[in-house]
Amino acid sequence: MTVVIGFEGSANKIGIGIIRDGEVLSNPRRTYITPPGQGFLPSDTARHHRAVILTVLKEALEQAGLKPADIDCVAYTKGPGMGAPLVTVALVARTVSQLWGKPLLGVNHCIGHIEMGRLITKANNPTVLYVSGGNTQVIAYSERRYRIFGETIDIAVGNCLDRFARVIKISNDPSPGYNIEQMAKKGSQYVELPYTVKGMDVSFSGILSYIEDAAHKMLSSGQCTAEDLCFSLQETLFSMLVEITERAMAHCGSQEVLIVGGVGCNLRLQEMMGVMCKERGAKLFATDERFCIDNGAMIAQAGWEMFRSGRVTELEDSWITQRYRTDEVEVTWRD
Amino acid sequence: MADGCLQFENADMDVTGGRRKKRARRKTEHSVEEEVNMARESNMAVPEFLRQAELLKQGAEARVYRAEFLGTPTIVKERFPKRYRHPALDDKLTHRRTVQEVRAILRCRRAGISAPVVYFVDYTCHCIFLEDIVGSSTVRDYIASAQQSDSCKELTLQRLAERVGQVLAKMHDEDVIHGDLTTSNMLLRPSPEGGESDLVLIDFGLSYISALPEDKGVDLYVLEKAFLSTHPNTEELFEKLLKSYTASSKKSSAVIKKLDEVRLRGRKRSMVG
Repeated sequence: MTVVIGFEGSANKIGIGIIRDGEVLSNPRRTYITPPGQGFLPSDTARHHRAVILTVLKEALEQAGLKPADIDCVAYTKGPGMGAPLVTVALVARTVSQLWGKPLLGVNHCIGHIEMGRLITKANNPTVLYVSGGNTQVIAYSERRYRIFGETIDIAVGNCLDRFARVIKISNDPSPGYNIEQMAKKGSQYVELPYTVKGMDVSFSGILSYIEDAAHKMLSSGQCTAEDLCFSLQETLFSMLVEITERAMAHCGSQEVLIVGGVGCNLRLQEMMGVMCKERGAKLFATDERFCIDNGAMIAQAGWEMFRSGRVTELEDSWITQRYRTDEVEVTWRD
Repeated sequence: MADGCLQFENADMDVTGGRRKKRARRKTEHSVEEEVNMARESNMAVPEFLRQAELLKQGAEARVYRAEFLGTPTIVKERFPKRYRHPALDDKLTHRRTVQEVRAILRCRRAGISAPVVYFVDYTCHCIFLEDIVGSSTVRDYIASAQQSDSCKELTLQRLAERVGQVLAKMHDEDVIHGDLTTSNMLLRPSPEGGESDLVLIDFGLSYISALPEDKGVDLYVLEKAFLSTHPNTEELFEKLLKSYTASSKKSSAVIKKLDEVRLRGRKRSMVG
């Protein structure tokens, strides 16, 4: 029996989760929400995490009904992410690992998402679409690496959505993407936006600047509603994501798709991917908001896999990094 | 090859790729809407035709068929509607991609680069009728078999790399970005006189026109990744290809510089969340 506790705080969510041999024992989380029209800054986010992390830690242990002695390994997010929040969380992880006398494990955030997706959905060897506020990648496992087949060449799709939400000043509670999704349901007019797929890669910054501009012009002239823009933006962005996923699937000959990351909660994205999969005879796997959105249990799960394959992180190697590519990690727990 | 009797839009019947006057486009005589409506009323012909054709493969982008069109071996590439997309977006995208592909092929051919002849394009069902390069083999298969056989093939591989570099240089000098360069997208067509085979580029589905060295550099980077992963231990051969490219292209230094940048970059950027 192996029990791993995972600490996650690379962006505005701080979560701590405990996993025992594939069972999620607890997974509490807090989100730092900024007022409408504002994004979250690293120092403020770190401050938020510092204020709540010990409470969340207590919750995680209590909900799991465990004591520190029951933990076998302390996993934390090594990167990628925002510097200050990552440091805050790593500091606590290092401290408890020394206090409790348990080994430490630095985990790649993206791999956390993938391993959680695999655990929950039991997908065998899917083409993974990882989409969040900070990342947009199409990943497939091959020879001990999670290889990146396609990705964004500038900003992440979630970032594009979040920044548009700021322009039209909608609430960030519970998340800007969720509110865009609700508004999009009420939109009907399709507004043409740039569509930038470059082979297996995508680009979003052009669409963002276009729609920021269009929002000011079209909303003041009454040409369309904010709901129409939300609808059109989703249709365009998600079509691009489905397209690069389909390309990767055709290239690898894969019959399974797994969507992970915060944007993966979006039901319209899941719907569109489902249609594409049906036409190819492929299967779609997705998780709900408990596991799509950044959480501690996903770090614990990736940590569990790594720990059982014999990995630990020495204290002197337990730094954090803002840039950490998914394909840098040797996936020793799969063949 | 039949000459003069085909009256289709954008048809280029000159196999040698010499300069031909573009035939007057039907589109300028009617508005696009009128054209499409007229075509839709009469055009069940292409879907009917495809029903009897042999389906070769279904990729992410299109279905590819083999058939005989007016007595000539033909490949038909059909971009079918994607139901997950909003219909307005799907229409626009499919049309644009069809146009881009045809445009790139024609631009190459007019510059003397071997590519399939475009016989016919149906813009209502987005089908491109292309010359079937019969009796050809892919550069991929050629390299694979050459590597397996004895070492005398070394010189022919070097010569091949040289030729590929020359052709790509010519293509980039025309500002055509292929977008999907792999050794499976290059064919060797045996010459009827028995001389050196003809190097033909195919599958321009992701191509576009650009003068930017960045785009050309990325085009070469795509080929490098595909080349080295498909054919192990060919780093030297690919270097030969790049040397040949550099020598043949007038704008190569900026492109190679960008290629080096892209190689080092590995797309490292700040990732959050």
